[in-house]
Amino acid sequence: MSYDVVVIGAGSVGTPAAFYLAREGLKVLVIDRLPSPGQGSNKAAIGGVRATHSEPAKIRLGLRTIEILSRFAEEFGYDVEWRPGGYVFVAYRPEEEKTLKELVAVQRSFGLDIRWCDADELLRIVPDLNPVGLRGGTYSPGDGHCSPLLLNHAYYELAKGAGAEFRFGEEVEGVEVRAGRVQAVRTNKGVYPTALLLNAAGAWAAKIGKLLGVEHPVYPDCHEAGITEPVAHFLDPMIVDIRPGPGSANCYFHQLATGQIAFCITPEPPILGEDRRETSVFLPQVAKRIVQVVPRLAGIRVRRTWRGLYPMTPDGLPLVGFAEEVKGYLVAIGLCGQGVMLGPALGELLSRLVTNKTKPGDQIVLEKLSPSRSFQAQEVLR
Amino acid sequence: MRLEKHPILEVKRPEPFTFFFGEKELLAYPGETIASALFANGIRIFGYHPKDGSPQGIFCANGQCAQCLVLADGRPVKACMTLVQPGMRVAPLAGLPQPPPPPRTLAFREIEEVEVEALVIGGGPAGMSAAVELGKLGIKTLLVDDKPALGGKLLLQTHRFFGSREAVFAGTRGIVIAEKLAAEVRAQKTVEVWLSSPALAVFSDKKVGVLREGRRYVLVCPRVLVVATGARERSLLFSGNALPGVYGAGAFQTLVNRDLVRPAEKLFVVGGGNVGLIAAYHALQAGIEVVGLCEALPECTGYKVHKDKLLRLGVPIYTSHTVLAAHGRERVEGITIVQVDERFQPIFGTEKTFACDTILIAVGLDPVDEFYRKAKEFGIPAFAAGDAQEIAEASAAIFTGRIAGRRAAQALGRAVEIPEDWEKTAEILKSKPGRLHPPPQAPDLPVFPVIHCVQEIPCNPCASVCPSGLIQVDPADIRKPPRFTGEKPCSGCARCVAFCPGLAITLVDFQKGREHPTVTVPWEFDPPQGEVLAVDGEGKVLGPAEVVGIGRVPGADHTHLVRIRVPKDWALRVAGIRLPKEITGKIPPEPLPIPDEAVVCRCERVRASEIRVLIRQGVRDLNEIKAVTRAGMGACGGKTCRNLILRLFREEGVPLEEVTDFVARPLFLEVPLGIFAGMEEP
Repeated sequence: MSYDVVVIGAGSVGTPAAFYLAREGLKVLVIDRLPSPGQGSNKAAIGGVRATHSEPAKIRLGLRTIEILSRFAEEFGYDVEWRPGGYVFVAYRPEEEKTLKELVAVQRSFGLDIRWCDADELLRIVPDLNPVGLRGGTYSPGDGHCSPLLLNHAYYELAKGAGAEFRFGEEVEGVEVRAGRVQAVRTNKGVYPTALLLNAAGAWAAKIGKLLGVEHPVYPDCHEAGITEPVAHFLDPMIVDIRPGPGSANCYFHQLATGQIAFCITPEPPILGEDRRETSVFLPQVAKRIVQVVPRLAGIRVRRTWRGLYPMTPDGLPLVGFAEEVKGYLVAIGLCGQGVMLGPALGELLSRLVTNKTKPGDQIVLEKLSPSRSFQAQEVLR
Repeated sequence: MRLEKHPILEVKRPEPFTFFFGEKELLAYPGETIASALFANGIRIFGYHPKDGSPQGIFCANGQCAQCLVLADGRPVKACMTLVQPGMRVAPLAGLPQPPPPPRTLAFREIEEVEVEALVIGGGPAGMSAAVELGKLGIKTLLVDDKPALGGKLLLQTHRFFGSREAVFAGTRGIVIAEKLAAEVRAQKTVEVWLSSPALAVFSDKKVGVLREGRRYVLVCPRVLVVATGARERSLLFSGNALPGVYGAGAFQTLVNRDLVRPAEKLFVVGGGNVGLIAAYHALQAGIEVVGLCEALPECTGYKVHKDKLLRLGVPIYTSHTVLAAHGRERVEGITIVQVDERFQPIFGTEKTFACDTILIAVGLDPVDEFYRKAKEFGIPAFAAGDAQEIAEASAAIFTGRIAGRRAAQALGRAVEIPEDWEKTAEILKSKPGRLHPPPQAPDLPVFPVIHCVQEIPCNPCASVCPSGLIQVDPADIRKPPRFTGEKPCSGCARCVAFCPGLAITLVDFQKGREHPTVTVPWEFDPPQGEVLAVDGEGKVLGPAEVVGIGRVPGADHTHLVRIRVPKDWALRVAGIRLPKEITGKIPPEPLPIPDEAVVCRCERVRASEIRVLIRQGVRDLNEIKAVTRAGMGACGGKTCRNLILRLFREEGVPLEEVTDFVARPLFLEVPLGIFAGMEEP
């Protein structure tokens, strides 16, 4: 039996892609080495979804994901706990004020709903922000957050409903390529003939590339996150503080639909590699940062922490499209920790690409995110 | 209700103060937890679950779950771990709690790091014994425990301990052993003890996070780790299993024996292992009626002597029976049990329903071994001891603790031996009850002990305390039942009667003639007067008997020796006495329960039906069940529901090899963010 598409990875990117591809009538097989969907980095994500990037390709994908999520329950019948609470980037120093204000100008030029708020206005939006030294910040009310776990599981159910097959606990060991074309995918349990392979293996994407002799500049970088006990709703937006701190480049946190506060930092210098074992460093580091931004967090109890992998790329942008080296090899990798917020829109885009139904705007995205690009630029705001 | 007197424990209370529960002003005593103070005031519903409004009460009484969450002065706290304060405003939780107000000042200090040679987590019998061994070798040791006193579960054990008198204080009450071991720990110059200081996580950078005295986060950097974190109680799935009033036997013992409250009036115990049998006995000592005890196996798995004690006191024991349902709307009002066949399937038509207000679950323990497994994963030299290593009696824990202490010393490069016989003793002390032996022949003597202890269990105090050496237990294997040799005349001192932990020895006295024997039996309740009922070894009533004397043996605190006059035919059969009393009432049976409604994840209120659907759809990963239903995401982190979910898999016919376990994540306990930021009182 052969498949129209074999997707590697049932995570934030592979699962929605499987759904949108299957919905187009394609015969889809998803292979994941883990025992169930979303067990790689999806379940480590905290669920922030924004369109307010600084790069047009990501802005397009983000806007579309927000559209999908805001109609998800209505259209598909699954509650993925989408909450459009917005994003707030705070500024406590002139440096961040300047960066954010410059960025707002760029973002507004792309038509994004984001504005600079002075301290008083920001405190009206988030009354629990630490007012001491607050200069203001940006507010983008259209952004929001969802449950990555529920979103992934909804796409999993939808994909199965649309006819996609899933094989868990299977490790891809080889890809048969003949005459420069993908022929089949070989796992530790079987061989699956296909003319089209979609690499959506997240942090492990480069390993899959190697099986085809293709080098992908995607390397995992480890972030740690935590979650508190649930408390009554008091915080609407995701709060981001881009001030560098000891050992961290930024911190961000939000209150989930279910009441818990989920929080993260971006380690600086980055912690490269796949080690996801808990360290003693994270909690004191992150707690001090976020309590300073919202002092009321101090009394809320931490319930659990975990680590997850960001599949990073040299320029902070994903790699999306057909690889030049092998025919029938499609990639959607290097999401840099933004698989949840870009995955749904990316899934749709991939299905249009495979079925030759791309829309006018798609080309801009595919050019920007081309896997064969030069990787010179650096995004202002990752 | 508080206990005003107890046959074993001294009831001594300082001056009371008042606190509030909602609008009600209530009395509490210094040192009481909020949970105990509420129970003492007859309040058993502490709040309502935010998901479905179901009433919540006590469950683990050990700081492990969050069933007992209440608001104390506006902050959500675990009622079982938080001491009540004068004027404290406690309120039931309904819905999610408001986040506490922000701290007045933002002052952070650096998180202190403490270097030690050995860290011992857990101050129960195993941890204290390990610390003593480390201390004797002059090793810089830190012992941390989450409770305000050393002793662990020994502090709940009012009964005399089994085991070997020489090796592990057998014949002494657990509460006394706790004091002795604690004194030994305190005598070690190189051992520091932090109380009320739970360990929170073992990290891959070989540090252990500890919440020092409940208010300061400290990272301990040990070279070796001894994990003596004890056990947690297993839970059970049945209709009504999450009603307030259904909780663990260990939780019950905490309320009764540590906090001296009477949390129940009528009690039913599910499980006939030692924990269930002993908890039932402790209940009787606290003046609580024990309506019955059921055990799914054809025979109780605990020591026969414990079972016989209950039978002699008139507690009905239903073997080959399991619990079908707990009844009640807001709290337990009754229980229905049902007989099971050899495949543990209920035989419908055999249901029995009893009125009771509390159901104790005593269906086994599991090691609390998360820290041990993490330490192993992270390459920290670690040794588990006591129940954290293997579930067994506290006597065994004392021994495995010593061994772990020495092993830890060896890992630190100290030249120290582990005596060969230690391992063997530990193995003997860990053994499950063995086979039954025929009762011994009565000797032709005017006074002699009758030994009703016929099952192989590791125990020898009777032999150790006999001044004439007339009782023998094989010193090479103390599991063999004791034997009265009768080689010399017995002086009738009754020390064997008083010190037998199983209350399984009587003293028969024919000195007033063959027709008028007296029998001396041990008694751990208020001394009886007048007429009592004489019962045989397994509780069968022989008939009324007159109390002719009450005595005591020096050193055997709180055990009364009750002498009764009996007809000569009974003399050898009498094993105990019972007070004449009516037991058990019945309530009309309710419709058969739907097991689908049993609550699997208590924290997130996930029912069996929700998980069963997923299993039937082919889900085999506990992490996927967690992602979809939230089971395991709650306060306890899957500590309670993991086993229950696995049981559902088994019931659905899924081999457990196909099932992927939860990924273990820190933290072990919930702690405010401000504490990690280095704040003192966030």
